[in-house]
Amino acid sequence: MASVTIGQVQKYFGQTHIIKGVSIDIDDGEFCVLVGPSGCGKSTLLRMIAGLEEISGGQISIGAKVVNDMPPKERDIAMVFQNYALYPHMTVRDNMAFSLMLAKKDKATIEAGVGKAADILGLRPLLDRYPRQLSGGQRQRVAMGRAIVRDPQVFLFDEPLSNLDAKLRVAMRTEIKELHQRLKTTSIYVTHDQIEAMTMADKIVVMRDGIVEQTGTPLQLYDHPANQFVAGFIGSPSMNFLPGTVKGSQVELEGGAMLPMPTNARAVEGQKVVYGTRPEHIDMATDSDGVATEVVVVEPTGADTQVFTKIAGVEVTSVFRERHDFKPGAMIRLKPDPTRAHLFDAASGVRLVA
Amino acid sequence: MSQGSGLSLLGRLNNSANALGFIFMLPAAAILLVFLTYPLGLGMWLGLTDTKIGRDGVFVGLENYKSLAEDSVFWLSVFNTVFYTAVASFFKFFLGLWLALLLNENIKFKSFMRAILLLPWIVPTTLSAIAFWWIYDSQFSIISWVLVKAGLIDKYINFLGDGWNARFSVIAANIWRGIPFVAISLLAGLQTISPSLYEAATIDGASPWQRFRHITYPLLTPIIAIVMTFSVLFTFTDFQLIYVITRGGPVNATHLMATLSFQRAIPGGQLAEGAAIAMAMVPFLIGAILISFFGLQRRAWQQGTKD
Ligand SMILES: Nc1ncnc2c1ncn2[C@@H]1O[C@H](COP(=O)(O)OP(=O)(O)OP(=O)(O)O)[C@@H](O)[C@H]1O
Ligand SMILES: [Mg+2]
Repeated sequence: MASVTIGQVQKYFGQTHIIKGVSIDIDDGEFCVLVGPSGCGKSTLLRMIAGLEEISGGQISIGAKVVNDMPPKERDIAMVFQNYALYPHMTVRDNMAFSLMLAKKDKATIEAGVGKAADILGLRPLLDRYPRQLSGGQRQRVAMGRAIVRDPQVFLFDEPLSNLDAKLRVAMRTEIKELHQRLKTTSIYVTHDQIEAMTMADKIVVMRDGIVEQTGTPLQLYDHPANQFVAGFIGSPSMNFLPGTVKGSQVELEGGAMLPMPTNARAVEGQKVVYGTRPEHIDMATDSDGVATEVVVVEPTGADTQVFTKIAGVEVTSVFRERHDFKPGAMIRLKPDPTRAHLFDAASGVRLVA
Repeated sequence: MSQGSGLSLLGRLNNSANALGFIFMLPAAAILLVFLTYPLGLGMWLGLTDTKIGRDGVFVGLENYKSLAEDSVFWLSVFNTVFYTAVASFFKFFLGLWLALLLNENIKFKSFMRAILLLPWIVPTTLSAIAFWWIYDSQFSIISWVLVKAGLIDKYINFLGDGWNARFSVIAANIWRGIPFVAISLLAGLQTISPSLYEAATIDGASPWQRFRHITYPLLTPIIAIVMTFSVLFTFTDFQLIYVITRGGPVNATHLMATLSFQRAIPGGQLAEGAAIAMAMVPFLIGAILISFFGLQRRAWQQGTKD
């Protein structure tokens, strides 16, 4: 096991600048999730850690060793690919044994290693099957088995669950997390699904366009997003953003409605801002406070009710624990919780904190 | 299934994949019968008669085959054919595979190189054979000229006048002509192998040779089997190259079974004997097909229902 240090890493594909100076410190045994929209460079960064892409600038270290010029097999890492990349002409057993065989381990060691990994993942009955004869979930498990067998210092996952159906994805999510708690191997996990990031990570790294927007624990990112992008990316349904202007201790929205300043925000008079509030932090209000909104759609999920409304043309989503039966077009008054709302600078997107 | 008794004939046919398959196969089978079996049958029959050009023959049993068995020229042609096929196929396979691997890498001018590779194949065989005839000419050979100018030899090489020289010369021409087919087919095969398999193998610690040995080669074997079967069949039955470059000479040293068969049957007029020589090729060809049939059988890893 080892820590991973990524310092000011750059990547160019020809003239195109893809990774623009990324620094991340991952502690020994940590489960770190890289998350961000499609094309932001997550896979590229992961492949640079694996040694599948050259590093154009900066430094990557695993443990105490700088690995920039080290070939993949000496980096002591294992990778689980999005399409699993199982060798189609080898049985599950041979797939898992391949790395040990190349390392010229003796038969008994290989047998023991494969057996142990197979037991951990419940693959014993499938050892003599070929990849074609497995279901998607089973293939996914074999791909993890192949990684476990090597007992590496670091696990790398590139969207390993994105080919599975929704239900299986949730189950495998838990399974990977349990596996990590058991093996305690440093893991770097790439996904564009923020729910996966929130549920699995010790540390989340939010990326956009080749830079790191914010690094932190799931709840840090949820409670204290550094900017509007992270605030919108983390959390589901995502945060509502209402453009407005600071007026004294209030924010005047574009339609003229007034909202109280978020408690911990600080802005100057007349500043153009964006008022951010999560759907789960909005309450129904009485006639005397809150802002009037027009109901667009109501979606009951059973456990809670999602209400889509419009304030001055901006769509606002709110989630209520209790059940409501509003008719589309009805006017209701909503009140964001000022202690949990955020204020962002309209131009830079940076969160304005006191 | 219990309701099956009430179904019409068509309905039952629909339910039976075998019967339906048989019906769909009929037109193809009929075409094969008319255009393949008839000439083959006619050749077989001719081989059992003493037909000459301009004279209908009578049935003579295995007479032609008996005389062939004692004909040293026939046996020389058998040797030549096997030698020609074995050496040419060997080189076509390895050079073709090497070129395919090379073209599968990210090299500059990739599509241009691929187009170049196809050249020997799109030039009509007779035309390239004539070019080779010039290349091997005893007085105007460019190879000899270059080697003499470079001071490596002092006398022009007698490419087509000496038995072994001639054999290797036509083999070289055949290799040149046959490589594109092998290389392009194998290249197509290589491109079906997912790059992530190589990445996974690299991370698993495989060297370039081990990646070839454990990933590329096993995944390519089904295609290799098909390509090499065709290559062997084409080479074994080759006619044009030999006929244009050497006409079987010198002193029958490059006569293949196909050229000898033609030589005896048409210019020589001995239709029956020519047919018998041609028929003598059949066991070899069936042998080659059987080998590939077993080589081509779907391996366990290709079976299964997923995807
Ligand atoms: N080999 C390459 N040559 C040129 N550009 C590339 C190459 N590989 C990736 N890119 C570019 O780099 C950018 C980042 O790609 P990357 O695969 O890392 O994205 P990602 O964050 O993993 O996205 P996704 O969530 O869709 O997988 C993309 O714009 C992509 O077009
Ligand atoms: Mg990706």
